[in-house]
Amino acid sequence: MRKLLLLTTVILVGLVFIARLFYLQVYNNSAYNIFEDTAIRKEYNYPKRGYVYDRNGKLLVANQPSYDVMVIPREVAPLDSLEIEEFCSLLKITRADYDKKLEKARHYSPRLPSPFVPQLSKKDYAVLQEKIRKFEGFYILKRSLRSYQTSIGANVLGDLGEVNRKIIQNDAYYSLGDLIGKQGIEKTYEETLRGVKGIKFIQKDRFNKNIGPFKEGKLDTLPQPGKDVTITIDSELQAYGELLMKHKRGGIVAIDPSSGEILAMVTGPSYNPNLLVGRERNKNFSRLFLDKVNKPTFDRGLQAQYPPGSPFKVINALIGLQEGVVDTHDKFACRMGYYYGSRKLTGCHHHKSPLDMNDGIAQSCNAYFVNVYRRIVDKYDDAGKGMNVWANHAKSFGLGNFLNNDLSVGQPGRIPDGDYYDRQYGDNRWGSTYIVSNAIGQGEVEATPIQLANMVAAIGNRGYYYTPHIIKNIEGETIDSKYTTPNYTTIDKRHFEPVVQGMFDVYNEGTAASLRIPGIDICGKTGTAENFMKIDSVKTQLTDHSIFVAFAPKDNPKIAIAVFVENGYWGSRFAGRMASLMIEKHIKGDITRTDLENWILTHSLENEYKKPYSGEPFKINRETTLQVIENYAIEEKNPIKIEKPSDLKL
Amino acid sequence: MLRVNQKNFNFDWITIILFLLLLGFGYLNILSASHIGEVTSYFDTDQLYGKHLVFVGLTFLLIVFILSFEAKFYEQFASVIYFVAILALIGLFIFGKDVNGARSWYGIGSMTIQPSEFAKFATALAVAKYISDLQTNMQTVKDQLRVAAIIFTPALLILLQNDAGSTIVYLAFFFVFYREGLQQVYLIIALSLIILAVLGLKFGIVITAIIATIIIASVYFIRRKKRGSILQYIIVLLVCVSFSYGVKLFYQHGLKIHQQNRISLWLRLEKDPTKLERMKKAEAYNLIQSEQAISSGGVSGKGFLQGTRTTGKFVPEQHTDYIFSTVGEEWGFLGTSFVVITFVLLIIRVLYLAEAQKSQFSRVYGYGVASILFVHFTINIGMVMGLIPTVGIPLPFFSYGGSGLWGFTILLFIFVKLDSNRINEW
Repeated sequence: MRKLLLLTTVILVGLVFIARLFYLQVYNNSAYNIFEDTAIRKEYNYPKRGYVYDRNGKLLVANQPSYDVMVIPREVAPLDSLEIEEFCSLLKITRADYDKKLEKARHYSPRLPSPFVPQLSKKDYAVLQEKIRKFEGFYILKRSLRSYQTSIGANVLGDLGEVNRKIIQNDAYYSLGDLIGKQGIEKTYEETLRGVKGIKFIQKDRFNKNIGPFKEGKLDTLPQPGKDVTITIDSELQAYGELLMKHKRGGIVAIDPSSGEILAMVTGPSYNPNLLVGRERNKNFSRLFLDKVNKPTFDRGLQAQYPPGSPFKVINALIGLQEGVVDTHDKFACRMGYYYGSRKLTGCHHHKSPLDMNDGIAQSCNAYFVNVYRRIVDKYDDAGKGMNVWANHAKSFGLGNFLNNDLSVGQPGRIPDGDYYDRQYGDNRWGSTYIVSNAIGQGEVEATPIQLANMVAAIGNRGYYYTPHIIKNIEGETIDSKYTTPNYTTIDKRHFEPVVQGMFDVYNEGTAASLRIPGIDICGKTGTAENFMKIDSVKTQLTDHSIFVAFAPKDNPKIAIAVFVENGYWGSRFAGRMASLMIEKHIKGDITRTDLENWILTHSLENEYKKPYSGEPFKINRETTLQVIENYAIEEKNPIKIEKPSDLKL
Repeated sequence: MLRVNQKNFNFDWITIILFLLLLGFGYLNILSASHIGEVTSYFDTDQLYGKHLVFVGLTFLLIVFILSFEAKFYEQFASVIYFVAILALIGLFIFGKDVNGARSWYGIGSMTIQPSEFAKFATALAVAKYISDLQTNMQTVKDQLRVAAIIFTPALLILLQNDAGSTIVYLAFFFVFYREGLQQVYLIIALSLIILAVLGLKFGIVITAIIATIIIASVYFIRRKKRGSILQYIIVLLVCVSFSYGVKLFYQHGLKIHQQNRISLWLRLEKDPTKLERMKKAEAYNLIQSEQAISSGGVSGKGFLQGTRTTGKFVPEQHTDYIFSTVGEEWGFLGTSFVVITFVLLIIRVLYLAEAQKSQFSRVYGYGVASILFVHFTINIGMVMGLIPTVGIPLPFFSYGGSGLWGFTILLFIFVKLDSNRINEW
């Protein structure tokens, strides 16, 4: 027995040790991750973010240096209250902020660096740089911020924001405090623009001093600079569009039909992209984002879905021709509306009757298109099948679905098909008369301005379109082939000519006759969309939206455009004028019809927008008067210039 | 005396191989723990690993030297060796050199020698010599007191030189005495005292007294027939309680602050977070760093010379007392279990051989070797992993230092020599 005491003790101790080691090294241990190793300092080297140029090579977005104060909470030496006060005054924060920020950083991780005060101004940096050594655990990290060389195109260019926790969790590339594209081109071309940050692993000793590169720097990487990109936007045209959109809400999308390149993408109201740079970003962003009346962060050119109104009639004309249910000479009577039996399904305005396709389009006759539309749907045995055929044709114009392009936001719009109505009314419990509103672009059809612009581009091209996109060129790369491959519609090329002629006559003798531009053959289509808003939970009708689509010139078009102005009343009133000015600006480079321009610049819709919020009863459409800006100053004509900040470095 | 013949090579190769494994692996880890920058020359004696290589080389000479003596020499000269060792310890008070507050070194030129490392085998020899004497009976109080004197003399001298860690090692001889016939009651008393001390510190006197009362009362009621006078039990209870209280007093007043804090950390006595935070930066710093280094090694470690904490010198004293944390970081669980298993096998092998000895001297000495190795192994690795309070003693054959390495080598190889001779012991 006596022999066994030491023997058993030895074995017991051995087992306890192995168990403890197993607990420490195997059970309680995740795989080794150098990023969690506190003995290795990770120093990031941020590459230059790519510049953004417009289609004419004008620099739109560059970089500027920025200085973040970082903190490693565990290494913060205890400071007395005087020192803290000094530090706070250097950083321009309060004592309470100091405690809160430190606590937040500690909560994230006591060992890893967190941004303490981001994006110091250059002046603050200069003062702090001298003194930061005194405050152990804090250091200054130099980063690069965006510097917008322009005040336009906030919705196009987008902005950078700090990554949040969710992004860090999903993408190991980012660490706390990194910037990432949040909107616009910065978001969609984030990986191209940002490059790849370099990393240096440095062996620390226990006093937190660097003692040399880890593994002789074998794991270190050099930063790869971001690539410069050229976008398809013409900044002059974009600036002009934004000028025209002043005091109005709406969107303009202009596309080059021959390539699908987006020439301008205006939303109103917008904001200066420089608001979202630097320390004021968060404050400004919430101010913009929380403005639920004007919605400046809502891109009306891309995200607003409206019933397209009359411009959609041309699609029905094309489908009618393709399906062979109508030819260009078929005439339909209009008795100030379309009657089904004695029931008036839709009204119309005064024009000659009966009319053929050309006049139907030029005069935008509702009755004509209801006839065509009913023939299409009723061509097949059941209305469901007819609607599916119709919807397929319409969708081939890029309607009713996401465009699947390189814009950071978008909406699918809606093209209803047979199933849609089966769900609404019950299987086969509906017929073409139920849904005639689609004939004139009202009812269930919805589209965004960019979809409409793309639709007219397809018409201008006589049957195909390139997916509208914003990227023109990436330094050293070719752009995605889906932007250079045409998408064909289901309509044969020969059917387009009469429709194009009808759209041309809109300008010659139809609803937009007043907007002709000498020397340019424009094909267009006016539109008006009824719209409603819930005021105190009562559905209330507001003044109609003004819509206009056009392409020009008639042959080999250079521009296809959709303009949409909220509560602009009728198509040619605001949208038509603006479209006409944009076309002239793009094709001629100058505006010859300054009276037209002045009219747009001096007329504001802001009174109109205040109505629903006034709490008073108000009148719409015909019974309202338009607000004229009396003190319209001439310098306001060019408030949006492309300015260059004086200190441009990096 | 220096006769070399065939039968002298009848050594236990298993022991030698286990020893070599530990020595070699130890050297690799010292290289890791002590290198600064790139290793340019392994023989660079300005570097600790270079010096250690010299120590290792000299170790082999030492082994040859030890093995070349007659086995009988060690038995005959045990007392002389012991007295020389004691003299060397006493001499420290006059000629010794202070290092880190402990007066445990002789300085000869740039070299330092720590006699307490050599006192261990000397004491083991003396204990073996005394116990193997025909007249010695470990059951008698007289002999118990004498062997106690043999071990407490060097232990006390070492304690006076401020090297509390090395003193504790002498408790290892308890295993030897127990094997050689010390009464069971000592084992029970020793265990009871340890339990009482820990209970008293951790839970306080009241709870300790209650537990002690319950146990003693149960013993009283179980032993119906031969329970004896109730007075005895009350005295035992009083002794227990006062011992526990005495330990508490000693803990509060008799210990140095750093010793007190080490125990406080081990038993998690400190609840005040600010004090705890301060301790984490002082007494607990080593422990936290070493535990983190070991944990970070994972299953297979970061690789030889690749330990980031080792390279960054995060663990103070990593090449000496905390060498095991290097094994943990660079060789992982595979490496640490290898070391633990090798030590356990070596100790068991020595024990096995000790039991097989025909001469009582060899057996007692072998037991002493196993016990000393065991106590070092347990305290050092237990401390590095946070299982027992911090006690600064080296890991045999592993930790940096000539005196330690040679002390353990002599300790082990005298036994190897004794063992090789057992065939002649008729």
